[in-house]
Amino acid sequence: MNRIQNKLSEKKQHAGKAGKLLSIYFTAGYPKLDDTVEILQQLEKNGVDMVEIGLPFSDPLADGPTIQESSQLALKNGMTTEILFQQLKDVRKTVSIPLIIMGYFNPILQYGIEGFCKKCAEVGIDGLILPDLPLSEYKEHYHEIFKKYNLINVFLVTPQTSDDRIRQIDTASDGFIYLVSSSSVTGNSDGFDENQENYFSRVASMQLKNPLIVGFGIKDATTFKQATSKTKGAIIGSAFIKTLARDGKSGISNFIASIREV
Amino acid sequence: MNYNVNEKGYYGDFGGAYIPEMLYPNVEELRQNYLKVMGEESFQKEFRQLLKEYVGRPTPLYFAKRLSEKYNTKIYLKREDLCHTGAHKVNNTIGQILMAKRLGKTRIIAETGAGQHGVATATVCALMGLECIIFMGEVDIKRQAPNVARMKMLGAKVVPATSGSKTLKDATNEAIRDWINNPVDTHYIIGSVVGPHPYPDMVARFQSVISEEIKTQLCEKEDRENPDFVAACVGGGSNAAGAFYHYLDNLDVGLIAVEAAGKGIDSGESAATSALGKVGIIHGSKTLLMQTADGQITEPYSISAGLDYPGVGPMHANLFTSGRGEFISITDDKAMKAGLELCKLEGIIPAIESSHALAIFEMRKFKKNDVVVVNLSGRGDKDLDTFIKYFNL
Repeated sequence: MNRIQNKLSEKKQHAGKAGKLLSIYFTAGYPKLDDTVEILQQLEKNGVDMVEIGLPFSDPLADGPTIQESSQLALKNGMTTEILFQQLKDVRKTVSIPLIIMGYFNPILQYGIEGFCKKCAEVGIDGLILPDLPLSEYKEHYHEIFKKYNLINVFLVTPQTSDDRIRQIDTASDGFIYLVSSSSVTGNSDGFDENQENYFSRVASMQLKNPLIVGFGIKDATTFKQATSKTKGAIIGSAFIKTLARDGKSGISNFIASIREV
Repeated sequence: MNYNVNEKGYYGDFGGAYIPEMLYPNVEELRQNYLKVMGEESFQKEFRQLLKEYVGRPTPLYFAKRLSEKYNTKIYLKREDLCHTGAHKVNNTIGQILMAKRLGKTRIIAETGAGQHGVATATVCALMGLECIIFMGEVDIKRQAPNVARMKMLGAKVVPATSGSKTLKDATNEAIRDWINNPVDTHYIIGSVVGPHPYPDMVARFQSVISEEIKTQLCEKEDRENPDFVAACVGGGSNAAGAFYHYLDNLDVGLIAVEAAGKGIDSGESAATSALGKVGIIHGSKTLLMQTADGQITEPYSISAGLDYPGVGPMHANLFTSGRGEFISITDDKAMKAGLELCKLEGIIPAIESSHALAIFEMRKFKKNDVVVVNLSGRGDKDLDTFIKYFNL
């Protein structure tokens, strides 16, 4: 089993709050080029269950201004795919929670798909989230390679995704489904309303084989609680990046504590 | 070999739909419907009528006598510069606004670089009474003030793209993000043969009226359907796609795609994607694009704002790698000279984009009896400022 699957089954043992998974997204190379490993260590220390490491891209289509800016700054700081792998070389000596790389397909295509997957396995990456790698292409060309290196590919589902397609995605997934909270790019949130809660309930009631983890628009304890009332967990990205921008790494422990407090 | 799109949305190895799941329902809706809608008699009737009465088609195929004499070959100009709004762009926006209406969309978004596609989109939205939002790079808004004013006069809202390099590729990113945020009521009118399938094919089909007319017109003038060569400039590649379309699989017709070399291919300031690009993903399509070794998309340069796109459409990427198309890159200087030459020899002021295609006659020889059709994609009024500065007029 892979660390993501282990973590998810471990969470299954707990009822209530303790059973809810908190995942954090941050952009590698932000705010400083060499912050990556220290941020990972602090997130684990403060009780985060899983981390998505953003591989910065010049043209992040699905991201709002906060993650766009952090990506641009990370690239300006000199972050590259190769440097990220160098930084992560010994990460498994100090960090044991599941690690996922989230990025766009083009930089990975340039690195070489198989070479990238191999490197992920070497440094201890457990999964990939590539929003612009579509289901059909994945199944046809990449599924076997990902499997060979024990990498879990995570697909997105949105409020507009049809039930049929959700079932197809569920079949193709073997970790969790990333439930995008609203029809929106990242970082757009005024909190959740009835529509979103109905949507979470609707997908939750489909009895899928993969657990649901909600992302986009979760920024504080209230939205975390709303997002996870019907699902297994939630991912926070833009709100965490904003914390790093404002308080630097010293803000991490307070931020994580504030999410878990309710 | 077939150089058109296959049933999976690929031209050879290029194309596809590399889009986030958030866009899937929109793009899928379009994919499932576009051929059916375009095949409907009522659609064709309305499209053809608007092209005739509103756009002013057919545009003339003009024998450029003095230009032909100078280069000792037979040069015809397909006068897309005479279309309403001054360029071929409107062929596509007319088609797509009719598509949007049939799909029940009430809100139109588009990206624009120099502003030509923005103006063509704002025009058809005014014609149909639909809400229109144009994304334009903040840098381009400053460079292209007259077109910004035109869009506003036509009732469009112009939204500055402030991300990234603040030019065309970023305007396209912003339009895509807007579509993610408005998945139900909005249609995105892409201006070129780029983006996820079915856009490249749909836009090429709307622009294919250009080569359809060339065939008929050449019969009248030369008693033959096929020229020896068709030449067109390529940024994303929509005018070239339209001019090549009905000749793609006819190997007797040479297809010449003309890219902007900017200050020279090796200068670091260029937009010659075939020479400088590698296979990758941009705006949902697998194609050739200019990028760093690490896969970050780079900013192109050309004196012509309509050609500085870091990729080319997948049809053109396939024409290049298969060898079916002949790719020539033209520097700023050569394009500007060729543009001014057309003014002096034929009394036609071309757009700087189209001037690139005219510059091939300095670059390569044609036989005396060769029939060469150059797609004159747009008129030069919008470029007067650039011409004035360049030639100290």
